[in-house]
Amino acid sequence: MKDDKLVIGGHEFSSRFILGSGKYSLSLIEAAVKYAGAEIITLAVRRTNSKEHENILDYIPKNVTLLPNTSGARNADEAVRIARLARELGCGDFVKIEIMRDTKYLLPDNQETVRATEILAKEGFIVMPYMYPDLNTARDLVNAGAASVMPLASPIGSNKGLATKDFIQILIDEIDLPIIVDAGIGRPSQACEAMEMGAAAVMSNTALATAGDLPVMAEAFKQAIEAGRKAYLAGLGRVLTRGASPSDTLTGFLHD
Amino acid sequence: MDNNYFVDSDKLSEAALKKKHMLETDPSSRTNHMEYMEGMERIKSDIMDKVITEMKNYDYSQYTARDVNAALNHDVCSVEDFKALLSPAAEPFLEKMAAKARLETQKHFGNTVYLFTPLYIANYCENYCVYCGFNCYNDIKRMKLNMEQIEHEMKVIADSGMEEILILTGESRAQSSVEYIGEACKLARKYFRMVGIEVYPLNTDEYKYLHECGVDYVTVFQETYDSDRYEQLHLMGHKRVWPYRFEAQERALMGGMRGIACSALLGLSDFRKDALASALHVYYLQRKYPQAEISLSCPRLRPIINNDEINPLDVHEKQLCQILCAYRIFLPFCGITVSSRESESFRNGIVKIAATKVSAGVSTGIGDHESKYTGKENESAEGDEQFEINDSRSFDKMYKDMSSEGLQPVLNDYLYV
Repeated sequence: MKDDKLVIGGHEFSSRFILGSGKYSLSLIEAAVKYAGAEIITLAVRRTNSKEHENILDYIPKNVTLLPNTSGARNADEAVRIARLARELGCGDFVKIEIMRDTKYLLPDNQETVRATEILAKEGFIVMPYMYPDLNTARDLVNAGAASVMPLASPIGSNKGLATKDFIQILIDEIDLPIIVDAGIGRPSQACEAMEMGAAAVMSNTALATAGDLPVMAEAFKQAIEAGRKAYLAGLGRVLTRGASPSDTLTGFLHD
Repeated sequence: MDNNYFVDSDKLSEAALKKKHMLETDPSSRTNHMEYMEGMERIKSDIMDKVITEMKNYDYSQYTARDVNAALNHDVCSVEDFKALLSPAAEPFLEKMAAKARLETQKHFGNTVYLFTPLYIANYCENYCVYCGFNCYNDIKRMKLNMEQIEHEMKVIADSGMEEILILTGESRAQSSVEYIGEACKLARKYFRMVGIEVYPLNTDEYKYLHECGVDYVTVFQETYDSDRYEQLHLMGHKRVWPYRFEAQERALMGGMRGIACSALLGLSDFRKDALASALHVYYLQRKYPQAEISLSCPRLRPIINNDEINPLDVHEKQLCQILCAYRIFLPFCGITVSSRESESFRNGIVKIAATKVSAGVSTGIGDHESKYTGKENESAEGDEQFEINDSRSFDKMYKDMSSEGLQPVLNDYLYV
């Protein structure tokens, strides 16, 4: 476990919990980071203030890696512009691509996401694309130079959990990059389940923002993610998914 | 009961008074409000028909407590559920509606609240809308800021910390041309991250031009979705043309704007029907333009200069709260703005349930930000206000108050890309 690191774009992280920051008070960020044990925090570039007033960047502890996102982008070109702006603002080379042309469900546009990934990876960004879990798109993202793939569990903010579980499992099984489950994770138990499946990390925002006690919920997620990771590494025991398992196997008569 | 809207100024000439009285009393003296005037673009759209058909068929007296309960128990709120939530049968369920609305608001917006301020740059108006302080027959101090004055106002506002601005004019093409508005918006881009406009309805190419000048958001209030009632309240001028106004948001989106806002002015007509139509207007717009950021406002009638009796009639705070909870449950992802027409206590309460945006440091007058913000006497003239505001909190006070309510004020959530 000690040497179990999350590696994204050549950078190593001990924590597998990525924190969102856009839905709760800036004054709670420090506590959230601390209790979550988070080493990566997302940041909406469109939220950064141009003036002196309460800038989110001032609230994020310096040892935490910033993951600016491109929320607000409706196509690849806009995402690319926002990513470049993030770099100019001193947010580093990481970028989470979010491209939505639907304001109701905020579902990502996979096609445009591949396009933006290709452009930004060539410019040296460490690209972490948010996507709808589709195997073909995931493969395209790998080829485009993504550093991880971030499939959604269910619509953003819905807290509905792993609605796309089977498809995320396919990505975990088939894609050699870290699969980070993003959006829709509403409870620590769901985060734990994603980790048991073999997800490399989990990202959460609304589940914390809507909790009664944010720091305590951050800690609960941390523990759930660690438990899920341990279970995955330990190798889950036999799980019966359908019917009973016969003790006398059909081919038990074969001896040599 | 209705408001008494007709006030005669003793400064009007005999001929003007005669015309005013004729417009007020003789419907045949008024133009056809359903007919587009010259220069007004017509677009192909079925949204108006859909909204108006639903509104006309809406009989809110038919809904019962059972319908309201069912609506509150559904995961996704249908149009039928929404109608139940707007009906009188839902009034006893207000606390439950508020709890559900709050949950939806938190899921989509967390505990954030956006702050903005309006900037009126001119109050000339060519229309006779009987409830409005800017109407052409109302005796008020008229004013149009020049670019230097506009920039000065913007500096004062920007210095207060505000990052989002809504630019408004009276509805007069002659006094406030599209180019004049465009130049003001270019200036605004220098001082603010987000620029919206609330001006007279424009054609698609004009919205496109204003978008190029830096505007991302267009607000147009339909005032009332009942076109017959609209006709009785908007007696003269371009604004009288009801369908051209209805299609403004769609033209704005076709012109490349990122987002739009709709609303009725509550108190002018049957508020339940107007609330239904307002929400369906944005609902159908979002279905047709899924990338559009949509938003609803909920202004209630306020007193104006020379008529301090005007009030929102049967739309009390309780009804307004019901409407806003119903909006939130039906359209969980929609921005909801509550203006300074409402009281401090109402706004403090509603931001925790349904509203996502409030104005602060508001003046509805012209060129008076410096005197209002700093108390410094203004050496140049000031123009009169459109209506009396209720909540006069400054930007700083609002920021502090929202923070102490446990909310995170957000000054900007847009990037002009």
